[in-house]
Order: sequence, then C-alpha cells, then structure tokens
Amino acid sequence: MTATHALLVALGGAVGAPARLLVGHWLRTRWSAVPPAGTLAVNVGGSLLLGLLVGGGAGPGWLTLLGTGFCGAFTTFSTLALEVWEAVEDGRRAEAAAVVGLSLVLGLGAAALGYALAS
Amino acid sequence: MPAREGAFPDARLLGAVAAGGVLGSLGRWAVGLALPHTAGGMPWATVVVNVTGAFAMGLLVAFLVDRPGVHRLLRPFVGVGMLGGWTTFSTLAVDVVQLGAADRVPVLLGYLVGTLVVGVAAVGAGAALGRRVWPGP
Repeated sequence: MTATHALLVALGGAVGAPARLLVGHWLRTRWSAVPPAGTLAVNVGGSLLLGLLVGGGAGPGWLTLLGTGFCGAFTTFSTLALEVWEAVEDGRRAEAAAVVGLSLVLGLGAAALGYALAS
Repeated sequence: MPAREGAFPDARLLGAVAAGGVLGSLGRWAVGLALPHTAGGMPWATVVVNVTGAFAMGLLVAFLVDRPGVHRLLRPFVGVGMLGGWTTFSTLAVDVVQLGAADRVPVLLGYLVGTLVVGVAAVGAGAALGRRVWPGP
C-alpha cells in the first residue's frame, strides 16, 4: 500500500515539475510574461485542480497521484516566497504586494471554486 | 527556468526537473506521513515543507550568485524540481478553504499569514546564511 502510494507520488511529481517549467516557458516566450506570472498561473491552476479533487471526494489513489504528486510538484511555495523576497529587497513594494495579493485572491479563489464545484 | 530565453526546454533539462520533482515530492509526502494533522487542526507538515523549502531557496540563490561556471542543470534540478516538489501552494490553498469551511478562522489566519511571513523571511535568512558560507569570488 505504502509502496504503491510512493510510486504514485513519484509519478505525479515526475510530470508536475516539468509541467510547471513548460507553463512558465510558454508564458514567457509566447506572451512575454514576467516570471512571477508563470508562478501565479501554476499555483492558480494547481489549486483549482486540487480543490476539485478534494471537494469531489477523490479516492486515495487519485488524491495521491494527482493531489500529492502532480499538484504538489506543479505548484510551488519556494519560488513564490523567493519572488516576494526579491521584490521587497529591491524596493519594488508594489510588485511584492501584487504578487502576494494575486496569489491569495486568485489561488485561494481557485481552490474554493474547485472545492465548491465538485462538492 | 530554462537555461536560455527562447530555447525550448530540452530533454536533459526536463529530465533534471522531473528527477528533482520526484525527490522533492517523495520527501513532502514522507513529512506528511510523519506529521499527520486532524481535521480543523494546523497542517504542520505543509508549514514545515514550505518554510524549509523557502529557506533552501534562499541558500540556493546565494550559492548561484556570481557563479557563471556552475552546471546549467543545477538550478532547474534543485530550484524548480526538488524545491518545487518539496514545497506546495495547492495544499496550502485547499487547506485554507477547508479550515474556512470548518469555521476554524484563528487556525486559518495563523496558517496562512504565518506561512507567508515566515516563508518570505526564511528566503532572506537562507540568502544571508548563504552569503556568509559562500562569500563569492
């Protein structure tokens, strides 16, 4: 059971992490987006998906593969914290506030939306 | 992050990020097993991975400053893969929604504001430590 779950987490993580890289790359090259926009996009998308899974009562296998594995690796807190810290350090307070505000409003909103839609 | 703007992420870059993602995700999952939380309680496992991952990100950035010779896959492997896999925003967001649905407002605010404030400060602490350990060329 635990070995199967470890395998599901690894599989989801192996897909989720490169998927985040590709989303960021696509937003930067196709839409000339700044890097924090890529972080915001994956965090909002991953929160929506996890909200749907948890709200919809997904089984433990799906939760482990898509929730713990994919959504966990697709979304990131470390890069978000880095982007906020860098903006604060460089005195770009408006950017720091925008990154935090948008992450909270859109990220939590997406999670709540997914949760409500699926429940 | 791709090595060069405009260059499509190649197989080695994607492979390095995927490998890091597997390691980070398995680590986060193990922390979750070690620190289970009750419904309506503080999700300590997620706090631990997010704060330590932010600290490690600060260390990584300090290490990489002025190091043009470092292997091009190091930052994607560690920064995007391992730390991206180790930390999570989606669990934080859904935990907050569930704490809100359960009317656990003090826990919700402590978790959300605490993770953000301590997490951003942890990047700074990691960077400060990194600058002392690796003063640069």
